[in-house]
Amino acid sequence: MKGTNVGEFEELVLLTIAALVADAYSVAICDELSKQTGRDAKLGVVHAVLNRLEEKGLVKSKLGEATSVRGGKRKRYYTLTNAGKLAIVKAKEVRDQFWSIIPDFVLKGI
Amino acid sequence: MKQKQAHKPPRWATRLLALYCRPEIVEDLEGDLNEYFARNVQSKGARRARLIYIIDVLKFCRLYTLRRPRHINPLIQWIMIGSYFKTAQRTMVRNKLFSFINIAGLAVSMSVGLLMIAFVTDLRSYDDFHRNKDRIYRLTTSDHREGQKTMSLASTSVLAGKEVSSSVTGVESLTLMRNDFGGDVIVDDDLITVRGLWADQKFFSIFTFPTVEGNPATALKDPYSVVLTETTARKIFGQRTALGKSVRVGKDDYIVTAVLKDLPSQSHLRFDALGSFSTMEMKHPNTDGEFMDWGSIYMNYVYLLLPEGRSPESVQAGISKLCAAENATLKDRKIELSLQPLKAIAINTHLENEVGPVMHIAVVWILSGLAFVVILCACFNYMNLSVARALRRSREVGIRKIVGAYKRQVLAQFVIEALLVALLALVFSFLLFTFLRTKFIELSPQLQRLVSLQLSPRIVLYFIVLALVTGLIAGIFPALLFSRLQAVQALKDASSVRLFRHVNLRKALIVVQYVFSIAFITATTVGYKQYKSFLVFDLGFNTENVININLKGNNAKLLANELASVPAVVDVSRSVMVTSLGSKFGTSVKYKGQQDGQDAFMNVVDDRYLSVHGHALLAGSNFTWRPDSVEESEVIVNEQLVKQFNIAEGDIQKAVGEELVVADKKLTIVGVLKDFHYGTVDDAIKPTLLIYRPRENYGHLNVKVMAGDVTATMAGIEAAWKKIDKLHPMDARFYNDQIEEAYNQFQIMIKVIGFLAFLAICIASLGLFGMVVFTTETRVREVSIRKVLGASEGSLVIALGRSFIVLLLVASAIALPATWLFFENVVLSRFAYRQPIGWSEMLTGVGCIMVLALVMIGSQTLRVARVNPADTLKSE
Repeated sequence: MKGTNVGEFEELVLLTIAALVADAYSVAICDELSKQTGRDAKLGVVHAVLNRLEEKGLVKSKLGEATSVRGGKRKRYYTLTNAGKLAIVKAKEVRDQFWSIIPDFVLKGI
Repeated sequence: MKQKQAHKPPRWATRLLALYCRPEIVEDLEGDLNEYFARNVQSKGARRARLIYIIDVLKFCRLYTLRRPRHINPLIQWIMIGSYFKTAQRTMVRNKLFSFINIAGLAVSMSVGLLMIAFVTDLRSYDDFHRNKDRIYRLTTSDHREGQKTMSLASTSVLAGKEVSSSVTGVESLTLMRNDFGGDVIVDDDLITVRGLWADQKFFSIFTFPTVEGNPATALKDPYSVVLTETTARKIFGQRTALGKSVRVGKDDYIVTAVLKDLPSQSHLRFDALGSFSTMEMKHPNTDGEFMDWGSIYMNYVYLLLPEGRSPESVQAGISKLCAAENATLKDRKIELSLQPLKAIAINTHLENEVGPVMHIAVVWILSGLAFVVILCACFNYMNLSVARALRRSREVGIRKIVGAYKRQVLAQFVIEALLVALLALVFSFLLFTFLRTKFIELSPQLQRLVSLQLSPRIVLYFIVLALVTGLIAGIFPALLFSRLQAVQALKDASSVRLFRHVNLRKALIVVQYVFSIAFITATTVGYKQYKSFLVFDLGFNTENVININLKGNNAKLLANELASVPAVVDVSRSVMVTSLGSKFGTSVKYKGQQDGQDAFMNVVDDRYLSVHGHALLAGSNFTWRPDSVEESEVIVNEQLVKQFNIAEGDIQKAVGEELVVADKKLTIVGVLKDFHYGTVDDAIKPTLLIYRPRENYGHLNVKVMAGDVTATMAGIEAAWKKIDKLHPMDARFYNDQIEEAYNQFQIMIKVIGFLAFLAICIASLGLFGMVVFTTETRVREVSIRKVLGASEGSLVIALGRSFIVLLLVASAIALPATWLFFENVVLSRFAYRQPIGWSEMLTGVGCIMVLALVMIGSQTLRVARVNPADTLKSE
């Protein structure tokens, strides 16, 4: 195990899943990621990350109901596990801590 | 929705994804890709969307998406194999008829395959016993003459051998051979004919022929040395030692310098004895042109040994340079030399003047191809019957699958079953093979010299491989079919397994089988008819009751005088050669100031020849008798010659008295003959002339005898022969028998194809029989209901048999025109004189097959049609 550390992109994916609430499946995650970050999220990359997150126990997934779109294939919906929730909260805390000790003048003139 | 359906992602890509992807995640992935695809169709167009889809599929191939190999306990595999054997055995026993058809068909066809394997393996292991076999090459010659077909020869000139050995670099060793060594050896009162080769002292440095006694390095060094094989030595010297003894071969005395172990049967060089080439160099003969001429390429053989690691191409370059230099001395003619690997000699395209027996590569291919077709027919039977029985076995497969069998386990089961059948068939086909082997070798003396078809571990291994491959071909299709079966469907409702799903395929297989059968049998009948017509072909002269005697160097006059006193002998003539048997003797003829001679065939005869053979004179008269001392001055020509040389403007009557220059001699035309066949019927009639040369001691006597007691006549002739020549056995043959022998190759071809036709028909008939039995059995209830409703037996037979008859008609509609076209355009176009292909021989074969098939179909359908409907319906 690489440990429970989450990388930057992993963190973004976790945040997206959290934001999408009950509608977090691969394509929607991709779209939301692109929308929010402005960068092109490739399906293959997102898939790989989701797979890794599931292995780390940060997200869990289950198949949804079959619909007539997507050629009748079911969607796989992702939700955060407790560990996942903890991970994004932890990440936010770390950032907040840093923000609180960065003096204002450092960022002046942006 | 409708719109979207118009564009679909490429199916193969979806399949590829399903193939590599883990089953747990494949659905999700596919859905995502579909969604993106639909989106891309909207925004980027269908073509781009498809491309992106394909790229995405390929990109998804990552470590975490890949299917994990399933681990099946190998122990279970082994236990299951035992079970497969058991089920296979039970199935075979339960369906005795089908098992019999399968095993018999495969056994019969595979025996032909075994024969071909043994045959080809024998040929391919030719010359394997030479230690340097991969480094030995032979010089072959191609002779291009202006305006003539290029001739390819296995032989070459003495000069070529000498030049290559002295001036071409990269040759380790080179030996020169010549092919006319041999003659009679008189031992006590007996006569032994020794045939062999002249060879120089390098012979044993290239070839591996172990010696019994004598030193091979020096054995062929001195003139008048001879090396004998063990058998020859024993024939001449008995148990005494031969080394150092003197032996008279023909007219010369030789010293025996070595005795060789008998040659292995798989050697392309065949000889009883080797004479030293230095003898030849002393004699300096000019039998094929000047001994040291660049153009004397008909009697000598050159074999080279290249050093280890030397490529033949580099040596060839030197040889080509040498040829270019030598060709500058020739006018209108080019002689090219090339290297032929030793291992390529036994099976090759035809070369003239071959030193030993070889097999044409086309014959090998044709025979193997035919054997393959026959085996394929038997495989079709297996496929057909297995698929047809799908209904009965689908339940078994269903249960296996539900109990937990994987697809490939079912596959393995059915393949193993087919392999078992094939191996069982191998046992029977091996028995057939041992019988066929002798028959095949006896087909022609050439085959007898060429192959022995003895078993070796390697050949047995090949046999088993053949059986396994055959089993695999036969079994793989039914196995795939069964392994794909849906378990639930098969068990829920057996009739939902669509029984006649592969009915078109099965029909196609039957049609293919019958196309081959019909083509084979028609080829046999057409070929046989042609062959018979060759035998009774009107050659333009009479061969009936003519016996040709090979004089073997005896005095023709003396023997003719002796024969005159034999009561049955009507007339005797003399000739240098016997025509119409395929051998030809050409000469160059000039007429009235022509600069270049044109080719014409000739025969040297005496004044009795025309009357013995019943030749018809159109103009002029026969030769008149002259005393022996007179030089030849007269010639009789055929119509063709008058026409082609435009003698007296082509007027036959006026041609008599004109003068021709034949091989630099001026001869007067005394008569013109009706055209007759000088060659075999594959040749058109060419200009031909007969010359009367009184001083000639002809090669043959042509004896016209009275019809009647053949044995008494032959005894009389034999007695006359014995008075003249006590040593040589007489060689006297009826002309008609000789003609039959000249067309012997056709007879062999017809026998082989006829036999294969017989096999193909047997196999196809067995298969058809199986299918008819099966189809009628599955339709018993239908037939019963029809009968209850009032159908007559006749109409039932027609209803059941109709579809099979249609298949046979389709097969003949394909096979007959194909065979006809093949014969017209390929086989018979080679023959200048042939019979037109008649309807009768085209249709007899088809007729036989049809009758056979109708009897089978009729008997089976009638059996079912006669069943009492109450018996079959009450059990419902």
